[in-house]
Amino acid sequence: MSDPSAGHTDPRVAFEAAKLGLWTFLATEVLLFGALFTAYAVFRVKYPALFQSEHLKLNRVLGTLNTVVLITSSLAVALGVDAIRRGKARLLERYYGVTVLLGAVFLCVKYIEWTEEFHHGLYPGTNIFFSLYFMMTGLHGIHVILGMGVLTYVVVLSRRGRFSGSYHTPVEIAGLYWHFVDLVWIYLLPLLYLIG
Amino acid sequence: MSHETTGARRTYFTVYIALVILTVVTVLVSYVNLGMMNVVVALLIASVKASLVALIFMGLRSEDRLVWGFALVPLAFLALILLGTLVDTMLR
Repeated sequence: MSDPSAGHTDPRVAFEAAKLGLWTFLATEVLLFGALFTAYAVFRVKYPALFQSEHLKLNRVLGTLNTVVLITSSLAVALGVDAIRRGKARLLERYYGVTVLLGAVFLCVKYIEWTEEFHHGLYPGTNIFFSLYFMMTGLHGIHVILGMGVLTYVVVLSRRGRFSGSYHTPVEIAGLYWHFVDLVWIYLLPLLYLIG
Repeated sequence: MSHETTGARRTYFTVYIALVILTVVTVLVSYVNLGMMNVVVALLIASVKASLVALIFMGLRSEDRLVWGFALVPLAFLALILLGTLVDTMLR
């Protein structure tokens, strides 16, 4: 008779379980952002003219630049995961370091945008479009900050020699989280900047 | 083994270039007035980009059915919430 607890100690099963856990967390994240996407859809249908005129006040160039920054950061994460799968911890640390740096660049650009908008008298209370804009980009920004923290922690663990080609579960699931943050932005760019 | 991951890296770079090109395309299209089609094209491009990130970067293409379920079921719920709310507010 096999040990019923064997599945919990088998590293292969533990890895699959950790990944599934992260996907479960992402499911709750989809619904968290989903509530805002729903609010966006309802008000866009209700006030199409307002959304049309207000979205033109956003800086489309900076929004596009930030999209490229996040996509590049996602590539760095994918390459970092690939590096540790080959057992190259130093390379992983470098790639995840690049990702954290690009996250900081993203937040700086976002800061410039928000400052510019405040300067033009556009605040979260200005109208429903800007309420949604600040809420959605703000919540996304919090996710970027958290992601940078998680990835930094992974780099610290890697420096301590915790990961190898055979064990690197935290690297993989932290990477999944970062890709999700990129995924949300992929929808925010067209909804807020391009079609209002 | 190393041949396999070389292939993976090449795929990552290809996907990256596709994502950048699609970003440029969707921004350029937004300057052209297509009426309602602007929304359709923008969301279609965003969904292609999102699929590429999920399938390749997040490795969904090589995951089993259980993970696929956890990835797709929330999208079904999101569609339900969106459609339900829209039908309610539009027909009120």
